Amino acid sequence: MATRVGIEVSIAAAEAVKQANTDVIAAYPITPQTHIVEHLSELVNNGELDAEFVPVESEHSAMSVCSGSSAAGARTFTCTSSQGLALMSEIVYAVSSLRLPMLMILANRSLNSPLSIWNDHSDVMSIRDCGWIQVFVENGQEVYDHVFIGYRVAEDRNVLTPFIINLDGFVLTHVIEPIEMLDQEMVDRYLPPYQPLYRLHPNQPVSIGCFGPPVLFTETKRAQDEAFNSTMPHILKGWQEFGDLTGRYYHPVETYKTEEAKVIVVTQGSLGETASIAIDTLRGEGEPVGLVSIRLWRPFPFEEFREAVKGAELVVVMDRAISYGGPGGPLAGEIRAALYSQEVHPRVVNFIIGLGGRDVAPDDFVQMVQQAKARPGEWYEIYGVRE
Amino acid sequence: MAKPENEITWKDIKVGFVVDEPGSASVYRTGDWRSQRPVYERERCIRCGTCYVYCPDMAIKILKDGYIEHDLYYCKGCGICAEECPTGAIIIVDEEE
Amino acid sequence: MDKFLDRLNIYASRLVLQKEYLMPGHRACQGCAEVLALRLVAKVLGRNNIIASATGCMEIVSSPLPLTSWNVPWIHVAFENAAAVASGIEAGLKALMRKGGLPQQKINVMAMAGDGGTSDIGLQALSGAMERGHDFVYVCFDNEAYMNTGIQRSSSTPFGASTTTSPAGKVVPGQTTWKKNMPEIAAAHNIPYVATACPSYPFDLMEKVKKAADIEGPAYIHILSVCPTGWRLPPQLAIHAGRLAVETGIFPLYEVERGKYRLSVDLPELRPVEEYLKIQGRFRHLTPEMIDKIQQRVLEEYEKLKKKVEMTNEG
Repeated sequence: MATRVGIEVSIAAAEAVKQANTDVIAAYPITPQTHIVEHLSELVNNGELDAEFVPVESEHSAMSVCSGSSAAGARTFTCTSSQGLALMSEIVYAVSSLRLPMLMILANRSLNSPLSIWNDHSDVMSIRDCGWIQVFVENGQEVYDHVFIGYRVAEDRNVLTPFIINLDGFVLTHVIEPIEMLDQEMVDRYLPPYQPLYRLHPNQPVSIGCFGPPVLFTETKRAQDEAFNSTMPHILKGWQEFGDLTGRYYHPVETYKTEEAKVIVVTQGSLGETASIAIDTLRGEGEPVGLVSIRLWRPFPFEEFREAVKGAELVVVMDRAISYGGPGGPLAGEIRAALYSQEVHPRVVNFIIGLGGRDVAPDDFVQMVQQAKARPGEWYEIYGVRE
Repeated sequence: MAKPENEITWKDIKVGFVVDEPGSASVYRTGDWRSQRPVYERERCIRCGTCYVYCPDMAIKILKDGYIEHDLYYCKGCGICAEECPTGAIIIVDEEE
Repeated sequence: MDKFLDRLNIYASRLVLQKEYLMPGHRACQGCAEVLALRLVAKVLGRNNIIASATGCMEIVSSPLPLTSWNVPWIHVAFENAAAVASGIEAGLKALMRKGGLPQQKINVMAMAGDGGTSDIGLQALSGAMERGHDFVYVCFDNEAYMNTGIQRSSSTPFGASTTTSPAGKVVPGQTTWKKNMPEIAAAHNIPYVATACPSYPFDLMEKVKKAADIEGPAYIHILSVCPTGWRLPPQLAIHAGRLAVETGIFPLYEVERGKYRLSVDLPELRPVEEYLKIQGRFRHLTPEMIDKIQQRVLEEYEKLKKKVEMTNEG
């Protein structure tokens, strides 16, 4: 059973963290993540969630507390944005190497400078290669659902890898949406208690985070790489079983009207919903245009992506971060890598959009598709700049 | 670990490169570092245990009768035991002697 | 207190528990009094102790893969966050024991770092953990410089000391600043227990560790850990040097228990600082004027400390 309610997305996310019976939450306030941690504090202080809320003095310590908590075998949650992620990034890399499962909601916000509290994806792109499973969500329902999915996958004995949910700041965190809340019984059926493989406990002393001399460092990294690349089937299983329980099925690559499409627009996060309106407009005008939304950012779904764009002649990639001096945005780089092995591959055009909270309307997507079609070659451009 | 470190493959690495054999480093011989070694004169020993307490390398064993024995597998030859011995029962000599 | 006074409790050494929780085969330098201090701390805290270690000498000498020197659960995550990692372990255990995920039992959580990991880069995380009131023991092993990276100065390096980043030069004669008073910073957090210790006084050290573990809430122990390599001192003199640091008043042994100061070794008369300074290569370049300046400062600081003892024990 489930109940459909109108609720602020941040509150719904916090409610999911409660329903997941989280043991430890460590967080430091940063806009636009605040509503999530504020609500969690309320739940803890009102006795509705039996957890330790550790109000740390920085994000660096937030991630450090999470590392200790997860190593002790506790179900662990944190939440941050932008500068906060940048500050914690040293430890973000460490916990994945140590294979400490935990869940992070990242309320995506641009990185300083200039200081901006608004939304883009430059924060998460700065830790692209950190070894966490990373998904993007498009709406409140998806973030609520992914709290359970994230824990379930991260804590899976075959995975034991931390999990990030990317949630666009403000445009998702601060809006009220209709969300179907699961009954506790459904949550408990889907998400078993965390049973760590190793934990810090006197009964079976282990040393975690030993020093890696050159003779063994590469072997530890190979082991980590192998483990990370083997997470895909377990992520798919997590989604499949969640779908079987709720009827909401998620995929590494979400497609919209890609059948017979000659032009594919690629997005991540909440812009997918905006882009789909443009797709409808263009389809209405007889243009064979479809939409691909990359849900699973790491591990990158190369196979699924190639399948989704099969037959397309033009792929228009929308990045929400800049890779200075690179081939365009970070997403476009990945898309090109995915297509390179194909004998015949579509032309890739890259727009960098929606930086620091800049609005992107459905009509902008129409414009970008038209520009990409009209101008030959592979190129990138920051869209919508006053020249 | 039974295998020499240069034969350990990535498949031998535990999840999160955890080391789950407590105290396994005690196979590591630090006695090889020594250029000087302690010489113990039992007759002068008053069995106070000072050397045992001050040894940074856990290289002194207290025997059942209260006398001590140096464990040269670990002893790095720092000379603290000789320096701190209240009765001069331990002296430090060059390894070649 | 001299060697003779020490002999009064000399036979107590035989009462020390023989079980080790930091095993031999560790790769600390010859005569390392830091690893000795760590060995003694680990002995006192025993089996039911989980350690969060900062990056540093003690971390690398005890844990090169594929081996570990640790007989107790141990974790290293990074340099500046030992106190935060320990906070997480404590919070995790607390939640799990309360919710039935783990059986109830007393498990001590210990964080450890060097002077750099404590008074420089880890100060913020430590301050946060003390302020939040986690039940843990933080041990700072102070060898007065970044020894692991090659003897660079820290805020805990004493005035005048020559290090690789505060070398005794033609114009600047070594460290130009006074040692940061980390135990006082800890005490300013009004935590239940703060103490200084030195492995040259092993029983005092062990008693303080025991007290720190028994007290509920944060406890901070600052251990002067003689580093023969970094201080340019013959390794066999490591214990002797620690004793001189205490007897000259350069490193007084004291504790602050629920706000009350107590001197652990109340010296009627302090030895001249020169006795301590002259045996160490890092101070070899000091002029009589600089030694004099250090002497004055030590006497002033010692008097201040004695006043705190008086003030907090009145009535």
